[in-house]
Amino acid sequence: MTRTQKNPILFYLSGKRRKLLIILTLLILLFLTIVYALNAGSFHLSFERILIILYQTIACPGLLEGSNSEKIIVIDFRMPRVLLAIFSGISLAVAGCVMQALLRNPLVSPFTLGLSSAASFGAAMAIVFGPVLFPFIPLQYQSGTIVLAAFLLGWLSILLIYAISRMKGASSATLILSGVVIGYIFTAGVMIMKYLTNDEKLREITLWLMGGMWGANWNAVVIVAPITLICVLYLESKAWDLNGLAAGDDVAKNLGVNVHRLRISGLFVATLAASACLAFTGIIGFIGLMGPHIGRMLIGNDNRYLIPCSALLGALILLVSDTAARTVMDPIEIPVGVIMYIIGGVFFMVLILRGQHRVIT
Amino acid sequence: MNGEQQVLTVQDLSVKYGSTQVLNSVSFDLVPGEVICIIGPNGSGKSTLIKTLAGIISQKSGNIILNGKNISEYSKNAVAKTIGYVPQDFQYLTSASVLEAVILGRRPHVEWSLTEHDLVVVQGAMDRLAISHMAEKMLTELSGGERQRVFIARAIAQEPQIFLFDEPTSALDIRHQIDVFTMIRELSEQNNKSVLVAVHDLNFAYHYADRVMLVDNGDIVAIGTADEVMTEENIISVYGVPMQFITTEAGRYVLPIWDSAAPKVSSG
Repeated sequence: MTRTQKNPILFYLSGKRRKLLIILTLLILLFLTIVYALNAGSFHLSFERILIILYQTIACPGLLEGSNSEKIIVIDFRMPRVLLAIFSGISLAVAGCVMQALLRNPLVSPFTLGLSSAASFGAAMAIVFGPVLFPFIPLQYQSGTIVLAAFLLGWLSILLIYAISRMKGASSATLILSGVVIGYIFTAGVMIMKYLTNDEKLREITLWLMGGMWGANWNAVVIVAPITLICVLYLESKAWDLNGLAAGDDVAKNLGVNVHRLRISGLFVATLAASACLAFTGIIGFIGLMGPHIGRMLIGNDNRYLIPCSALLGALILLVSDTAARTVMDPIEIPVGVIMYIIGGVFFMVLILRGQHRVIT
Repeated sequence: MNGEQQVLTVQDLSVKYGSTQVLNSVSFDLVPGEVICIIGPNGSGKSTLIKTLAGIISQKSGNIILNGKNISEYSKNAVAKTIGYVPQDFQYLTSASVLEAVILGRRPHVEWSLTEHDLVVVQGAMDRLAISHMAEKMLTELSGGERQRVFIARAIAQEPQIFLFDEPTSALDIRHQIDVFTMIRELSEQNNKSVLVAVHDLNFAYHYADRVMLVDNGDIVAIGTADEVMTEENIISVYGVPMQFITTEAGRYVLPIWDSAAPKVSSG
């Protein structure tokens, strides 16, 4: 043909190698950040010491004394916080990535669709009303009601958005405006909760709304981690179908994708992942936007690679931000949610100014 | 009708949008290697027929028989391996690359990763439409004609027995229109694929079709060879525009009679 003729097979294979290399690099970066984050703080430990403690905890838990202060700081205090940041980053970024594919709009994310506000309203209700909200759940499982309430309200907000997009089309303007308005409504709900409640719970809600990892403990990790992993695996298994949607509903249907079922189940699972972590961390904005967008720049639009890439980026961004949040002004801690608002807000502006979203709408 | 020969048999297919009947008990069949052009005015049901067969519109009654078996007995993937669809519009909404777009055609055939065979098929489809050199380009950087070639390559990569084209040339210039129809003839003659193509330009239908299907108001008015179907009487009654048929050395042409075709403009 022309002198620039290339072999698409070679191009595909080299692209695939490059993508796997990027994912591997991100994994290594994440691991290094984990070690750094476990080390960061007023109580300093050497890197070797941290690796030894990690190794011993995984390989032979019996060897470590429960009272060992190093172990308590690393494993009981810092580790759950690091893990919660990682899993929250993963689920928010993947939820954003998948929502963008499902609604075919690059500006949607759990935060911009109002899911975060709705989930916080659910969580605030669970905090304020306690066992009254779900009386049928046995007392020992009541800690899970925050997740349940956050999820139910989050799901409600996504159903609203989906209904609106079916009636009015999924243009950026429609979706983002609906998200903002739904956000207002549920924020009003949270305000009512704050107004009605007592001082102790008020502080709990306020802290939580700012978004941060201080709610981290092993109980939280045990709930968030499996939900995140299962949801991400499920969504990854739908990567081809999500790719098909990019070609339009008609072509996707012809390629054998059950479009309606994919939208409903995909949104359901993405919402579940996002609200499970939001229930513990509070509102953390923009991760669901930054992860997938940086991912697209690095790795392209193939969801098979984009989902893991966004997940790792989300984990990295949130872990770095959280570690900075608790160490920059040590001993004072800045809520990571606040940091994310600032970084993410600037990112969002850049996105709009560059006009990238127009590619999709 | 014996069921052995036909790759596709449509029996009493009806489609309703709400209370509007868009297709009324349509029946026809398609044999391997055959090109049927569907002609008819806007809103006559051409697109609906294509989309229903492509699995895009599911609210239907009647039977669609694929290789002797009712389409409802096939899985979605199995149907996708048999029927490929090339849309009319520019529907790609994300900035996918040409290669990603063509690879999508393999979706019904793969679980997660592409095998060497998949890649060979993709390469073959791209070579065939001469788009291999633009594999890395984004779809948004392409011209309308190039994009249409990408969509056709995707359908070829899907390796279906039946190709459905929904007005594939409506956005193209004459040169690219001829290219697309030449490709359609090749698919039928060289690869024994069956093609159903909705087309606006009557001359393309006349020239490239094995059989022509004339639809109006959701009914098949006539189906048969171009000469049987595209009679002055049929065309004029369906389109409501006076037409004349002109035969030259190069072939036969359908042309509107301009003066009487123009709308009456009142001089008030």
